[in-house]
This record gives sequence, C-alpha cells and structure tokens, in this order.
Amino acid sequence: MHAILDALIITKRQLLQLARVPELILFSIIQPIMFVLLFRYVFGGSIDTGQPGGYVQLLMPGIFVQTVAFTLAGTAVGLTADMQKGLIARFRSLPISRSAVVFGRTLGDGALNIVVLTAMGLTGFIVGWRPSSGLLNITLGFVFLLVFGFAMSWVGVLIGLSVREERVATNATFIAVFPLTFLSNAFAPTTGMPKPLQYIAEWNPVSTMVAGCRQLFGLENQFGATAGSFPSENPLTMSIFYMIVIMAIFIPLSVRKYNRAVNK
Amino acid sequence: MKAITAEELYKTYDKGKVKALDGLNLDVEEGTVLGVLGPNGAGKTTTVRVLATLLVPDAGRAIVSGIDVIKNPQEVRKIIGLSGQYAAVDETLTGWDNLIMFGRLYHLSAKAAKSRAIELLGQFSLTDAAKRPIRTYSGGMRRRLDLAASLIVKPKVLFLDEPTTGLDPRGRQDMWGVINELVKGGVTLLLTTQYLEEADQLADEIAVIDHGKVIARGTSDSLKKQVGGERLEIVVENQHMAATKEIVARVSSSALNVDEALRQISAPVTTGSKALIEAAKLLDEMGIHPLDIGLKRPSLDDVFLSLTGHVAEEKKDEDLALASKKRGR
Repeated sequence: MHAILDALIITKRQLLQLARVPELILFSIIQPIMFVLLFRYVFGGSIDTGQPGGYVQLLMPGIFVQTVAFTLAGTAVGLTADMQKGLIARFRSLPISRSAVVFGRTLGDGALNIVVLTAMGLTGFIVGWRPSSGLLNITLGFVFLLVFGFAMSWVGVLIGLSVREERVATNATFIAVFPLTFLSNAFAPTTGMPKPLQYIAEWNPVSTMVAGCRQLFGLENQFGATAGSFPSENPLTMSIFYMIVIMAIFIPLSVRKYNRAVNK
Repeated sequence: MKAITAEELYKTYDKGKVKALDGLNLDVEEGTVLGVLGPNGAGKTTTVRVLATLLVPDAGRAIVSGIDVIKNPQEVRKIIGLSGQYAAVDETLTGWDNLIMFGRLYHLSAKAAKSRAIELLGQFSLTDAAKRPIRTYSGGMRRRLDLAASLIVKPKVLFLDEPTTGLDPRGRQDMWGVINELVKGGVTLLLTTQYLEEADQLADEIAVIDHGKVIARGTSDSLKKQVGGERLEIVVENQHMAATKEIVARVSSSALNVDEALRQISAPVTTGSKALIEAAKLLDEMGIHPLDIGLKRPSLDDVFLSLTGHVAEEKKDEDLALASKKRGR
C-alpha cells in the first residue's frame, strides 16, 4: 500500500511543478499542435489518400503515436536532471518503496500525456479530423495511446538514469525515437520505401500502433502497411505484444538501475 | 554506545582502477560530532554514501545505530538524515512544497507533515520564503532548506556532506550556527569538510582521511598540536626587519622563519592571540607600524603536510576545476 502512495506523492510533485511553472505545460503542447497544423497543411494538400475526409484522418493517429513515443524523452531528461541535482540520492536515502520514484515519474509523464493528447485532439477536430468509430472505440484508442506512452516512458527511465548530462539525455532520446517514428506508416505510405526499409517499417512498433489506432478510430485504409504481412494484418495484437515486451524488459531494468543510481 | 561503526570498507570505481575506499575504519560515539576532513577525492563522499545506504561497498561492514547498513538498508533509512554536497531539493517547487513532499515520503500524515513544515521553516528562518520557489533562494537559504528536509523525522544519525562548500562567508557562519544548535539537541552527526576551521568549529573529534582510509584521528587540539598550532606572521617595511625579528623572538620560543623578499617574519606561537597582542604592543612601543600582522591557523594543507609529508592532492579529474575554485577562497 505504501508503495502506491509513495509513487503517487512523486507523481503529485510533478503535477505541482506544472502548476508552479505553467510554461512547462504550454511548451509540452505547443510542439505537437504545431506538428498537427504543419503536416495537415504542408503535406495534406499533396498526398492523395483516397480517404474520405482527406489526409488529416490518417495523419492524426500517426502524429498521436509519434507524440506519445516521445514521452520517453521527457522522462529521460527529467530523471537525468534529478540525478544531477542530487534529488535521486535524497529520494534513495528515504524509507520509501524501491520503485516509487520511477513509477511516480512514469505515471506523472502519463498524466501529462492526457493533457497533450486532449490539446492535439481538439486541434485536429478544428482542422477536420472526424473519427467515426463511436465513443467507446475512440476512448479505447486514447487508452491504447496512453499505455504506449507509459511503456515508452520506461525506456526513458533507463536512458535517463544511465547518462550523466541533460543534453546527452535530450540527444540520445531524440536519436532513438526520431527514426523510429519516421521509419513507419505514420506520415507516408511504406510502399514507396526500399524493400529492406519496408520490412523494418512493417514490424516497427510505431507502425503497428499507428495502424491499430487507425482501426480504432474507424479507418479502413491502413495507409502504407503492405498487405498480407502479420503485423499489418493484426496491428492491435502486435502492438499489445510490443507494449508487454517493452514493459517486461524495461520496468525491471529501470527499477534495478534506480536502486544503484548515484550521481558523480 | 557507538552510533556509527564502519569496519574495513573497500570500494573501487571504474572496474577497480579508482580506489575510493581502501580499508576505511570509523566509529562515532552516540550524541557526538565527527568531522571527516580530507581533500577532494579522498573518499569522504563515498564514505557518506555507504553509511547512508546509497552505495554498497565491495567489502566491509557498516553499522548505524545498531542496524547493518548493507543487510538492512530500509531500516537504516528510517533513522538517518542526509544532506548532500549539492542541495538536493526540487528547485521548481517552493520551500513549503518540498517539506510537505518529503514529510509525506517519510509517511507522516498530511496534518503532521504540515505542522512539521511550519516548525522547521521557523527553526531555519525560512518562514517568509516558504511560498517562494527554491530557485529564488540564496545559496545559504537553499542549504538550510536542504538541511531542514533531512530533519523531518528527527533522525538519530545525521550525515552532512560538505554542508558549507560553495557558500559565501556569511552563509557559512549562518550554517555553522544552525548546525551547532542541532548538535545541542543531541543528534549524532557525521560531517565531511575540506576546511580544518569548519571541523574545528563543529566537531568533537576529527578523522583525517586520505586515499580512502583514516590517517589520523583526534580532537582538533591534539591534531593541531601534531601540526604545530598557530603561527604569528608579521610583514613590515625593510628598515624595521631587524627590530621586528627581535620582537617576534621575544613572544615565540621556536625558531623564526624570515622571508626577506616578502619582508615577512613568522614563528609558531603557543599562546595564540595573547602572543599577537603582545607583539603588537611591542611594535607600537617601537613606533613600528606593521603592513600586516596576524595569526595563521593551520590549514588543511598544513595538516596534510605534517601527517603525510605531501600536500592534499586532488584525485578525481572532474573535481579539479571545482576544487581549485574552492581553494582560491
């Protein structure tokens, strides 16, 4: 019981930070909103999707997934900063549960994702995004996105506790996530890629997530997933499998890392 | 009864290349203050980290308040307070937010956490700054808040890792006052420092460490005796050198040290300020106005020089820049 309460105190700390410095929220939502508008109006006109409602219908799931994948960066940078300042050492000297600080952090970043996704969804709606699958499926789609963000956040914990400097954390996470989100079906069809890349893109968790979200938001067109392969036929199953694998690997590794972490 | 015991602690970093602790032995009697004195890289911080459960040693045993640190860290955490070299509080949050958060993490009820926060803010003269974010605090205020956070549950044993490093002279004085008050309350304290003066001010006993082990242990008086105590130093104009030499010889029974280039005459004295006053009086009678006159207390370097035959050396590259800045003061 204490373990959960301890983690929630850490989560509360993060939410309190947002309340004390509202700019933090502002900057977390500006970039995703900018991306929605840029992609919608820059590429939207030139990509013919054959999709009723236009490119924005396919774009939104893609950009949602990209954004939650980047949760990893926020988690990593936040933890590196805490480590550098000696806060992790202070937390570790307290009689709290061994996993409270990292669980609290990932929950906090998950909570921030709710705000970010809401802002993006509203922006999308304004520029023409109309999910057609009914309230239940749409809600499921967002839950699906939040869980993916939570899983990615654990990768961020390990990176954040492994590097010494915030700038390294920023660069490392950017290098890790950026190719992953573009080597996918998120923004353009994978069919135009060279064969080996197509193969990677098909099995990329970002692609299965995007395809899964499109399905949950009521789209027929899988946009780029080449027909016939297992991940393109079963994006939801595949995504759930990926999320479980990511968490099964990174939660224990991260908790272990935390319990040995000392700043220099 | 010993509040802290460390036996034969070993710890290496970078796959054995850096020996941080090399058979360190230490004990602190309950209710007393031990100052751990040493240069950067001597193993001070590593010692604190092992005792405060943050680091598992490669070998050795550590007991805090009767509890084995390595076997039972969670029990140790309930009775210790730790305030680190870098103020470990959340800078985005206010002083109040921080104390409440740490109070809750110590499993105080919301009500108890609040009343403890009010108490501590008052005790550390931070009541007016309570609702301001920490990043607007001065260095001294930040340290005081950090210390307050480590006292939330009234720890039996308190670890302070270089509590005044980086503070200006006034901040240091304030901090010393605060720590002295705490010690009166009966807490067992282990503090690390690079300043002999600080250990002198705060500690009942001093352990000098170098290369990961204790090389000398005693009261500050006994250490100073070993080092040679205070020196009287007088700088005068050239024409007064001869007369001044005579005066210094009258207040000191030891050999004089004369630096012609600096026009400085110095000698060890055993009577401290009495010798200084006497010398000043004699100079005045002769109509000599010294350019500089004072008592020089032995520094960390003097202690090291006399104990080890070498000056305090830096071992960790990354600390070098920081350390030379500290030395400069």
